[in-house]
Amino acid sequence: MRVPLGTLRILVLLAVFVATGLFFASQIDGYLNARLFNRISGSVAVIALIAVGQAFVVLTRNIDLSIGSVVGGTAYFTGGILIAYPGLPPMLVPFLAMAIGAVFGAANGFLVARFRLPSIIVTLATLAIFRSILVQSSDGSSITTDRLPPWLTEFATMNAFTVGDLQIRWIVVISVLVVLTAHIFLTRFRAGRTFFAIGSNPDAAAFAGIDAGRTIFLAFVISGALAGLAGFMFLSRFGNITVVAGLGLELKSVGAVVVGGVNIFGGSGNVLGVLIGAALIDLIDTSLVRWALVSAFWREAVLGLLILLAVAADTVLMRRLLRRKPTGGAP
Amino acid sequence: MTALRSWEGLLFAVLILIYAVNAWNSPVFLTVGNQINMFQLSVEKIIVALVMTFVIINGEIDLSIASVMGLAACAFGWMVQQGAPAGGAVAIALAIGFLCGAFNALFIVGFGIPSLVVTLATMIAFRGFARVLVEDRGISDFPDWFDALGQKGLIGPVPLAMVLFAVFAVLAYLILQRTAFGRKVYFIGANRAVAEFSGLEVRAVKARIFIASGVISALAGLLFAARVGAVRGDIANGFELDVITMVLLGGVSIFGGTGTMSGTILAILIVLALRNGMALENITGHIQTGVLGILLILSVMVPIIRETGTRLIARVR
Repeated sequence: MRVPLGTLRILVLLAVFVATGLFFASQIDGYLNARLFNRISGSVAVIALIAVGQAFVVLTRNIDLSIGSVVGGTAYFTGGILIAYPGLPPMLVPFLAMAIGAVFGAANGFLVARFRLPSIIVTLATLAIFRSILVQSSDGSSITTDRLPPWLTEFATMNAFTVGDLQIRWIVVISVLVVLTAHIFLTRFRAGRTFFAIGSNPDAAAFAGIDAGRTIFLAFVISGALAGLAGFMFLSRFGNITVVAGLGLELKSVGAVVVGGVNIFGGSGNVLGVLIGAALIDLIDTSLVRWALVSAFWREAVLGLLILLAVAADTVLMRRLLRRKPTGGAP
Repeated sequence: MTALRSWEGLLFAVLILIYAVNAWNSPVFLTVGNQINMFQLSVEKIIVALVMTFVIINGEIDLSIASVMGLAACAFGWMVQQGAPAGGAVAIALAIGFLCGAFNALFIVGFGIPSLVVTLATMIAFRGFARVLVEDRGISDFPDWFDALGQKGLIGPVPLAMVLFAVFAVLAYLILQRTAFGRKVYFIGANRAVAEFSGLEVRAVKARIFIASGVISALAGLLFAARVGAVRGDIANGFELDVITMVLLGGVSIFGGTGTMSGTILAILIVLALRNGMALENITGHIQTGVLGILLILSVMVPIIRETGTRLIARVR
């Protein structure tokens, strides 16, 4: 029996994830326990959301570097609105954050899709622009926990259910639901398949009557909305939001996407892999802090090299596969 | 060619406009002291913008420059702190820049992975190495001669970095517009496949450009360290935005093949005058960066703006 390439990739990723966990378990005393899971699952919930959004964008051969500023911006603005109107129904707030994020995403999507500008340049610029909008409107003041309604800061540590000592938080449940929804949408729905079509062969997609501009715009809106939801969780987890909130998260999202097996040149990938990629990156991040042999300052260097390794391995493997199969399509 | 010339003419007009507005707003702007200060505060970025012009005309991009600057500066600081002679540390920091460029080139030219992806990854990795070296400390005990290079005038009030920029600007202009190598840079950027079939050593040209980008960025990082008199892990963070904006505003196409060194130099002057004018108006750094972001988007839209403009003119006629 031949295992499909996508499934194989996820199995390899899972193996790497388990191996990484076991490696750190052999290095750090009292490593594998419920506290580790509880700690990591919360931050993975946030990173997985922005990584799934990033995956939509990357599938269409684009990239969204503005995510860190969108997360910071939505966390800040949502916090600001809640301070002004503390009586807002809690159910409404996540959707409010998603709407704010979607507006940021729509600005990116409009510039990229309407004017066909390179997304790397547009989002490099909006990374700075969104951040300066945040600084301008905040006047340098911060959001502090004591000014927020108490339900918000309690939400981050609220458990949906517990399995033994493992606490499954609501934010984790929401995040996993988002990943699963995205997975089903991308694999089972016609509208989802267009994201792959645009990325793997734009010309063929155009001939098939797919509106590339609309799909790319939508990808950026999804990325913005999910970054908005992540911003809500960020606000809930940390409470204190300064103007530098979310700085650098875009790199983690790109890392999770690439390590998770989404082809950085668009057209192929799986958001379940992205979830594992996000978990792997966060596992390494958290574990390096506790590993005595190596300083925690290695985490950025490791992240960069991990991305490079994943991309290089992907490129080399793809080229091999295509060579063996001369009738194959474009990578 | 006339279209290109007119773009530079437009840049020149914008530059004069910004100078006029700034001079109107602040009596300080046109003083020699402020003009030198204006250059000195950004001299590291503008030196890197010269080499970035080669990179983008060649159809590539280098997002790792700011991290190479940071890594070279931090490596220098770390070596001096460990007791190494500063002269030797400068040489090694430059060698690190060379290695960073060669590392990028290995993946871009050797493995054929797009520069955008490679330099995005090395942007994170090189910055990571810088942080490993200095962690969250600041290092500032540099020898006096090193600090003096960054802070004192070399020729009258003009410091070393500005002299270097002037020399590099002339060199960059000559190499890009007056040598066979420069023609190859354009040709490869305009159509890589044709260049390859014409027997041009595409890989060698690209590798040289990325290595040059690494070395110049390392030099710029050292100049930054000398001017500030200290290094930190986040030194030069985010400078790629300024540098890429300068080059694209100068009329270099993000898709490669077109643009001129004089365009970049005019754009450098525009960005400097704009930032300086905003600073004199007490506008904060974050907002300045936002304005630069808008300028960057407008710059990539230049071909579209130009096209719509000509279409409108044609319709009017």
